[in-house]
This record gives sequence, structure tokens and C-alpha cells, in this order.
Amino acid sequence: MNFVAWQMLTGDRAKYLGLIFAIAFSTFLMSHQVSIFCGLMNRTRSQITDVRDASVWVMDAKTQYLDEVKALTDQDLFRVRGVKGVEWAVPLFKGTSRAKGADGKFRGVILMGLDDSTLVGAPRKVILGSWAELRGPETIAIDQTGYKFFFPDQPLELGRQLDLNDHQVRIVAIVDSEAPFVNLPVFYTRYTQAITFVGRERNQMSFVLVKPQAGLSDGEITKRITAATGLKASTSLDFGWETIWYYIKNTGIPINFGITVAIALIVGTVVAGQTFYLFTVENLKQFGALKAIGVTNGRIVGMILMQAVIVGAVGYALGITMTALFFDLTQNNLDLRGFRLLPEIMMGTAAAVFLIVLMASIVSVRRVIVLEPAVVFRG
Amino acid sequence: MQSKAVVCKNLRKDFGKGEDAVKVLRGVDFQVNYGEMTFLVGPSGCGKTTLLSVVAGLLNPTAGDLAVLDADIAKLHSSEAVLFRRKNLGFVFQQFNLLPALTAAENAAVPLLAAGWSRKPAVEKAVVLLRDLGLGERAHAKPNQLSGGQQQRVAFARALIHEPRLLVCDEPTSALDAETGHHVMELLRKSAVRADRAVLVVTHDSRIYNFADRIAYMNDGLITRIEEQQNAA
Ligand SMILES: Nc1ncnc2c1ncn2[C@@H]1O[C@H](COP(=O)(O)OP(=O)(O)OP(=O)(O)O)[C@@H](O)[C@H]1O
Ligand SMILES: [Mg+2]
Repeated sequence: MNFVAWQMLTGDRAKYLGLIFAIAFSTFLMSHQVSIFCGLMNRTRSQITDVRDASVWVMDAKTQYLDEVKALTDQDLFRVRGVKGVEWAVPLFKGTSRAKGADGKFRGVILMGLDDSTLVGAPRKVILGSWAELRGPETIAIDQTGYKFFFPDQPLELGRQLDLNDHQVRIVAIVDSEAPFVNLPVFYTRYTQAITFVGRERNQMSFVLVKPQAGLSDGEITKRITAATGLKASTSLDFGWETIWYYIKNTGIPINFGITVAIALIVGTVVAGQTFYLFTVENLKQFGALKAIGVTNGRIVGMILMQAVIVGAVGYALGITMTALFFDLTQNNLDLRGFRLLPEIMMGTAAAVFLIVLMASIVSVRRVIVLEPAVVFRG
Repeated sequence: MQSKAVVCKNLRKDFGKGEDAVKVLRGVDFQVNYGEMTFLVGPSGCGKTTLLSVVAGLLNPTAGDLAVLDADIAKLHSSEAVLFRRKNLGFVFQQFNLLPALTAAENAAVPLLAAGWSRKPAVEKAVVLLRDLGLGERAHAKPNQLSGGQQQRVAFARALIHEPRLLVCDEPTSALDAETGHHVMELLRKSAVRADRAVLVVTHDSRIYNFADRIAYMNDGLITRIEEQQNAA
């Protein structure tokens, strides 16, 4: 009877396509929006992820997330260095400043100051130039997106000048860093340079980056540092998640995306459910005839579920392909970098589609089960 | 003497309960013989379709005795009734009720598919049967490409393919013009009537009464008269 179910379903071309479209649409919307949401949230910890050399971050005890910090003192740095098991500890500056291009265009920038002697915290991928050049005076490394903002439509080129808070700085490296949450250019410079660039505030140490001695776990060293100094110490991973959760809890972003996803789910369920139900109702006489002829309820339910599963699978495949294609086609778009379709999102969307299809078919199944086969004799 | 295919004694069927109950069958005494074509005729609303539905196991009687092919089908659990119908009954409906998405042969094969046959042999058997019914050429056409008479012949094939012992037809000719109706009844008599099969036809088309071996006249929920016809067409 399976092929009968298949023929019934595809025989009504318009409804079949309508169903598939509804499910593909919700699949696309859900997976696309959740991907963007996850990508966006992931961006809140970009400057943490970019630091590959150190795995432990030390900060003021009251720090909640990456973007709001109270400066540490030199004293704090020495105390961290004194904790047993610390291989090395270096300062990291993270702040914002303002830069102006040759054409007078200016923009807020994220300024990262890396430890002068080790340059710990520099992202790994250098597109042009080298980190060593940062040792010269008034030099910066700039991320690719920032470069394209200040020098639109121009080839990547070293040696160009920018005005950074009234300091003439020279670009000695163009690097690839993770996209920041607020889509600003990211500048890297030496720690002492960063402090002269921003000026004023006496104390500028945002974080101390720590590497534990070999054999000592990150978790263990964070406990030791906190115990010894009273400062907060977190692993990169924990601090990253804290930052993500801060944004989830304290911004309207999850609600906005949540609403879109909920709408996709509801519209998908209503449209698919409605169409599927209509499809069943239109075939009610046929189902009645099948029941009279001797097709069991179980078999008929099986037919309906099979139809629902086909529609769900085809619609899902179509929708998820659309999402995958979207991220594939936009992967070179710098504004969308880092956004992609994760396997977890694919699985989550599949579960949601399963739910949609289940709800859509339950109503139909109910209707067919209670159907009296005697209706086939009524005109 | 062979037993009867259908025996009803004082059969009653009410729709609804208590004060509002509509008494549709009010004590039907009625029999259908093997090897015969029995017509059930009467004015509109007298209860013909209801009686047919009860006999076919699609409705449960309110009271009375009913034996169909020696089985007490009113006592069967609904899932047993389905299997009983699948094995023993063939159905022809006024509106044909073919599945529009299936070909003629696939439609005719449905009872075999329901019984677990796989598609290929079931459709092959259906094609052979359709050929006997004069539809060999059109076996792979969809119902909407067939005339009314051709669709009813497909319905006959579907009703007969699993060789049921009782065939029930409700107004098989009323959606057809007189000439086609006559032709279709000829074919039904020829292909359906067998010594071990009973055929029960509900109709109020008096132009086809000559095809009946026996005519049961029904009025207001009761069988009022039974007439035997010796030389049915
Ligand atoms: N499910 C039902 N609920 C209530 N009343 C019903 C139901 N089915 C049939 N009836 C009533 O039973 C009576 C007999 O109906 P039935 O369909 O058996 O008549 P019929 O002899 O087949 O008529 P026709 O020749 O018009 O087909 C009618 O008055 C009808 O309204
Ligand atoms: Mg009737």
C-alpha cells in the first residue's frame, strides 16, 4: 500500500508542492536565523578566541564579560607571576579608540595592546607583513575588514598611514582576526604603544594572560591564581562562554531571533498542517472506500504517516540546502564571516521539522481513524 | 441444500438514541442466495443503503439476527470485521470511488495490495481481469481519462479481483446513462454471478430489474414483498 500512499500524495501536484514549500520555508528560516544568532553570539568572544598562546585570563574580580573591564595594576601582574605553577604571565590591553583615514573618514576601532617582548595575544593568521615589524615605533597591525573600511577598493598594501587618536601610525601587517561583535576594525600594537595612543588613564592593563607550567591544568592554575591574588581567573573557554551568556541575558538579541524562529515554526506548522489536513479531507472518500474494502486503520495511519514523512524529508532537505547554499555563497563576504550552518543546528532543525510534520499529521490521522466506512455509500 | 449467503431476521437499525432515535430498519426479514443476483429496490429513503451497509459489516445493527456467509458479523470486533470484509466482500459504489492518482489496473489491484500482495503480481492480475471486462486497452489510464461506464467496470474489477463470496453494489448504474447502465449490468451478471457467490444490488432503476434473479421490495424500513424471476437476462 506504500506506493498507493505515494501516488495519492504526488498525484495532487499543487498541494504536494505547497506542503514541501511550507516545510522548506520554515526549515530555511529556522536554520538560517539560528545560524546567524549563533554566529553573532560567537563573535562576542572573538578577541578571546583570537588569543591562542595563552589559555588563562586573569581580570578584576568583578568582571562579568570581555567588553567591560576594570584596569589591573602592575602589582597585580607581579602577584600573578608569583603564583606557583605559572609559566609566564603577560599584560594585555583591550580598549577602543578612534582612527581617521587619509580621506578624513573616521571610525571607532578596537585597539589591542600586546605584551612588548612576547607579542602574546596576536592572532595566528597574517595576510601581509609580519608581527616582528610591530617593534618599530608608531606601528600597528590591522585586520582585513578594517583595512577595507579605511582603504576601500584598494589592494592590500603595507606602509599606509592612519591617524589614530592624533598619532600618525603606519600599517606594518594585515591580519585575519575573528569578526568582533560590534563590527569595528581591530588594531594591534605593542602594549606600551597602545597606552601612549590612548593616553590619559594611568593604569591600562585590561587583562593578564597566563600560561601554566607543563603538566598543570588550566582549571588548577585558575584556582591557584584566585586563591593567591583575589583576582578572577578563567580559562579562555569559560570566559568566552561567560561573555556569550552576558550578551544573551542582557540584550534583546535572543528575543529577536527567538521571535523569528517561533514564527517560522508556527507558520510552518499552520501552513503545512492546514494543507496536509485539506489533502486528507479531500481524500476522505478514498480513505473511506479503502476502509470499506478492508484496509485496516493501522495501514491507513501508516499511509498518512508515510506521506507526512516524505513531505517532511523532502521539505527539510530543500530548506537546509538553501541555508547551506546561502552560507556557502556568502563565505567571502567579510560582514558575514564566521556565520555558518553547524551540524547541531541541522539536527535541531530536523527535530523541529519532525515536530511540525507530527502535528500536521496527527489531526489528519485522527480524522481518518474516526471515519465511518459506511460514508462511502452516501452520495 | 446449500446454506444462504445472507440471513436477516427481525433486523433493526436506529440512528441516534432514545426519543430522537430514527428507526430506519424496523424488523427486516431477508435472505440472499448463492448463485443469484438479488436486487433490493424501493423508494428513496426507505433504508436500502442502510440495510446494505449492515449486511456488509459497515454498520452494526441495533437488534435482530444477522448471518453473513455463516458468520455472525455483528459480533465481530471492528478489526476482525475489516479482515472479514477484505477476504469475503466485494464493493461497488454509486460514485465508483476510484483513487484518481492510480491507474485503472492499480485501482483494481487495491484489494490484493491490502491483503499484502506486492505491486507487480497484483497489477498483472488486475490487467487480466480488466481484459475480461473489455478494458484491456485502458488498463493503464487514470480514472479521469475514462468514461463513467469504463470507470464502473474498473470498480467491478476491483470488487471481483480477490474473488469474494459476497458482492454488494449500491446503485451501480445511477451515475450512468440508460444504455451504458444496461451494458454494465450485462457485464456484471456475466462476470460476477457464480454458484458460490451471492450478489446483492441496491437500485431504484426499474429499467434494469430484468437482470435480477430475485427482487426484494422494501418500504419504510421493511421488506414488503419478494419476487422471483425465472429467466433473468
Ligand atoms: N447516519 C445516519 N444518521 C441518521 N439518519 C440516517 C443515517 N443514515 C441514514 N439515515 C436515514 O435513514 C433513512 C434511510 O436512508 P438510506 O440511505 O438507507 O435510504 P435509501 O433507501 O438508500 O435511499 P436512496 O434511495 O435515496 O439512496 C433516511 O431517512 C436517512 O435520512
Ligand atoms: Mg441509498
